[in-house]
Amino acid sequence: MKKIAFILNGEKRNVYVEPNDLLLDVLREKLGIKSPKYGCGRGDCGLCTILLNGKSVRTCLILAIEADGQEMLTVEGLSKDKLTPLQESFIRHNSFQCGFCAPGMIMTATEFLEKNPNPAEEEVKEAISGNLCRCTGYTPIIEAILDVKKK
Amino acid sequence: MAIAHEFEYFKPESVEGVIELLLKYKGKARLLAGGTDLVVRIKDDLEFPEAVIDIKGLTELGKLEFKNSRLFIGSLVTFNDLIDSKIVEGKFPLLWESSKTIASMGIRNRATIVGNICSAVPSLDSGPALLVYEANVVVKGSEGERVIPILDWFLGPRKTALNAYEFVYGITISLPEKRNGGSYVKLGRYNGEDLAQVGLGILALEGNEYRLAFCAVGPLPCRAKKIEALLNGKPLTDSLIEEAKNLVPEEISPITDVRATKEYRLHVAKIMFERGIKAAVERLNGKGPAYGKKLI
Repeated sequence: MKKIAFILNGEKRNVYVEPNDLLLDVLREKLGIKSPKYGCGRGDCGLCTILLNGKSVRTCLILAIEADGQEMLTVEGLSKDKLTPLQESFIRHNSFQCGFCAPGMIMTATEFLEKNPNPAEEEVKEAISGNLCRCTGYTPIIEAILDVKKK
Repeated sequence: MAIAHEFEYFKPESVEGVIELLLKYKGKARLLAGGTDLVVRIKDDLEFPEAVIDIKGLTELGKLEFKNSRLFIGSLVTFNDLIDSKIVEGKFPLLWESSKTIASMGIRNRATIVGNICSAVPSLDSGPALLVYEANVVVKGSEGERVIPILDWFLGPRKTALNAYEFVYGITISLPEKRNGGSYVKLGRYNGEDLAQVGLGILALEGNEYRLAFCAVGPLPCRAKKIEALLNGKPLTDSLIEEAKNLVPEEISPITDVRATKEYRLHVAKIMFERGIKAAVERLNGKGPAYGKKLI
């Protein structure tokens, strides 16, 4: 076991991990962060996406030990005080039904809008590709992301 | 799925530190950069490393710079670093275009181009661009540094010219001396995660010089030498394209697998060649579709 220290949702945290522990498992099982979900386990579906040093990453493909000294943000930290305009837009557009893909979509779109606050529809589609939705068929998700720029 | 077997983890901060560990573990260590391939392989019990050497402690490997007409891409440079680089977009647009076809944003934030050539799967999207730009791979090991031309790099599926006591420091690409236009045509079923069923990179240089490389249609990504020999020195005409299309089946040896049949790949490869070479020549002449626009 090795002790690693990092910033998670704005707070200094530390935890003991084995080299073969995955970041997703440590977030969910040891740190109580349940927003990233376990989907495909191989980086294809986007359910486990969080922001690592501001960039969207798949935590099912990262060893927990790699997070030592890094900064992480999940939905829990993003909306600690209140919902972001992006999250409100998702609600307004009824973008999610089961909500399984929502955390990954939210984190991916958060990074994307940070980089590109005034995107075209094609750019939104490219940004969320690799995040699989199981219910609403993407259209209300894309519309919600595009709607953020108008507000 | 968790990882079933145990390994040691190291994060050295110097080139010497990496080499020392490679020597200590005698081929039983694996290097970790983005991990988008390695971690899947460890999970799937396809790799059983005794040690994982995380090279993210070597900050010098994150360098992406253009100096003296040469681009240096360090081993930690991700595909999104390449896509976000104005130098890559402006001076090596074929590399930029092919990088944009790779997986999704969340993968491209981690996956490195050096990792892509080290995994050396036949469908690697970075292969054709590096082959036509005639890049070099800079490796460091116990015997010092050596430079391996990318044309000699790929030896077979997941086999490269790298030996067990070496690691890749970076890739260099010299700016072509002649004005050029390029295109990367990728056949996939959908965007976001799919591997290429056929990939074709084309560089058309001023003075009727053409370079072509395929991926995903043979055990290695490779240059299409017969087509190049036919085309070189000639201006592109419809009849020349027709003649060259007939050579496509001689250059590639696709297989039938879960993604596509051999016949389909052969058929579409010809169409991709036609669209790709037209786009490359149009772009050379300052016309044609913008880079990044899908051609198929």
